[in-house]
Amino acid sequence: MTDVIKEDQVLDCSGMLCPMPVVKTSKAIKELQSGQILKMIATDPGAPPDMEAWSRQTGNELLRSMQEDGKFVFFFRKK
Amino acid sequence: MSKSDPNAPKRLALISSKGTLDWAYPPFILATAAGAMDWEVGIFFTFFGLTLLKPKLTASVSPLGNPAMPMKMPFGPEGFQNINWPMPNLLMANVPGFETVATNLMKQTFKNKGVATVEELRDMAVELDVRLIGCQMTMDVFGFKREDFIPQAEIGGAATFLEYAADADVQLFI
Repeated sequence: MTDVIKEDQVLDCSGMLCPMPVVKTSKAIKELQSGQILKMIATDPGAPPDMEAWSRQTGNELLRSMQEDGKFVFFFRKK
Repeated sequence: MSKSDPNAPKRLALISSKGTLDWAYPPFILATAAGAMDWEVGIFFTFFGLTLLKPKLTASVSPLGNPAMPMKMPFGPEGFQNINWPMPNLLMANVPGFETVATNLMKQTFKNKGVATVEELRDMAVELDVRLIGCQMTMDVFGFKREDFIPQAEIGGAATFLEYAADADVQLFI
């Protein structure tokens, strides 16, 4: 079993399509302190590649990306 | 070519030249996504794209000249919604109000699927400090005044855009 990641904030982007998950995630992570963790939930099938690109471009590390109950779940650590 | 400042964030320079609903989306989607990735973004609104800087957006969609445009019904069972309705040009050109119908169908379909409106995307672009540059020459030609546009817009010409685009990593004409 993988370790449980404890998030500091949760953002639900269910039902949103591109570019909203990226835009909302960017907004939410700005509210956090460096090192804090944001959990983001999305249903857009385009979210996994987009969130990986967003992570590479912004330097906010993607700790884990998984599927849960038919949804995509991401954990980012603010740089 | 290297940028003037190697430490500057990435930059996206867009030209938005069309004012219909289907063409209004791409510049605002790319601008907000780039802004969310901490890029600098500037959009130069020229010719018909300039109307996207008006406070009230009236962008509509015309299937005319978009022969491959599928028409989708935003209601009914999924199978029905997935049908692509062929729209003969004769019908589109001659039925009064067809553009209004097409615009409303597209807006409703987008809304049902969870796509933000163009207005929402533009608000987000403003929030992300996207530079919105209206084309002075187009204003002169079409008789627009500074007051016709949202206050966040700035006005400039080709040289203004080119100077900004010269330092951009991505430049697109839409």
